[in-house]
Amino acid sequence: MSDSALPASVETLRRLREDPHRVGHRGHGQDGPVQGAGHGATGPARKRIIVGYGFWIFLLSDIVMFSCFFAAFAVQGNATAGGPGIRDLVEMPRVALETGALLLSSYTCGLSFAATNARNKLWTQVFLLITGLLGLAFVLMEAQEFIGLAARGITPERSGFLTSFFGLVGLHGLHVTLAGLWLLTMMAQVQLKGFRREIIHRLICFNLFWHALDIVWIGIFTIVYLMGSVS
Amino acid sequence: MSQPDHDPYLSAAQSFDGGDNAPGDEPDESSGHWVLNSNLGLAFSVVLTVAAFLLVHPNFIYGPDIPVALMVLAIAQMGVHLVFFLHVTTGPDNTNNVLALAFGVMVVFLIVAGSLWIMNHLNQNMMPMDQLLQMQR
Repeated sequence: MSDSALPASVETLRRLREDPHRVGHRGHGQDGPVQGAGHGATGPARKRIIVGYGFWIFLLSDIVMFSCFFAAFAVQGNATAGGPGIRDLVEMPRVALETGALLLSSYTCGLSFAATNARNKLWTQVFLLITGLLGLAFVLMEAQEFIGLAARGITPERSGFLTSFFGLVGLHGLHVTLAGLWLLTMMAQVQLKGFRREIIHRLICFNLFWHALDIVWIGIFTIVYLMGSVS
Repeated sequence: MSQPDHDPYLSAAQSFDGGDNAPGDEPDESSGHWVLNSNLGLAFSVVLTVAAFLLVHPNFIYGPDIPVALMVLAIAQMGVHLVFFLHVTTGPDNTNNVLALAFGVMVVFLIVAGSLWIMNHLNQNMMPMDQLLQMQR
């Protein structure tokens, strides 16, 4: 960093661009932010924070939606209408594999962001690819499970319980599928556009989304499968 | 003349920044920090997941306790994910994130617990379906 100050005109332009109406009550002159004035005393937060926080709010609303499906599943647990119950659906080895795939994908997703922070394109792409492949394995295993169930005549319209089961697990699978498409988009954008600021913002959001899906899966494999197998 | 290093605007924009971080984001941390967090998160998660899958084996623990134990393990693992993967911490830079999370958890609790509560009472208070059909004849 050079010791010389920026030209006054450049300083002024930068300040005007950052906070044109001085809504953030930044300190005038050399005073700096007012100590103890609380958060926000230094002006609008950076875009990186606004984007991440906004996506966090979206994720929480998504989790609230999942909680409705969980509630439906809990309420409909015994509404089998003489059909198959949860014990007839659970295949433990498959659930264990699905869980392992999703957990590992969450891990590689975290590693990809470590590579992003180091601005290493190759390793970002490698870990994103591994994440995507593990997610694909998860979706394929789940699709196979649903197809197998359908072949045994176990379909959503059979009973209220099965509606809630396919609704909850299927909604999560749909999320993973869409997240996979997002992942491919991000890989293409990282490759073509590089680590531009907005691309990194999107990577932050994608990471949040992927980890949140794993958190929802913890709820599903615990409440639906593990508890179902001992009910 | 002010030097850039001591310029309140620059230092505010670069380091002070309202003292906030978005979830899943710690711009000041090195990659090593991220890798370490991922490794710790994976290690804790594997332990908790394996424990959960072992628990459901018959005769491992007292049967009626299994659901409670599973819930404890699940909540612990969600906490592990929040801390090590989503980087939500208790630090002052995360106050907003934690408050939003707390609100989300409250809504989730109201929806799930409320639904179960109401529907169970309805089930208990409602006439069995066969009697209801008889009355309509």
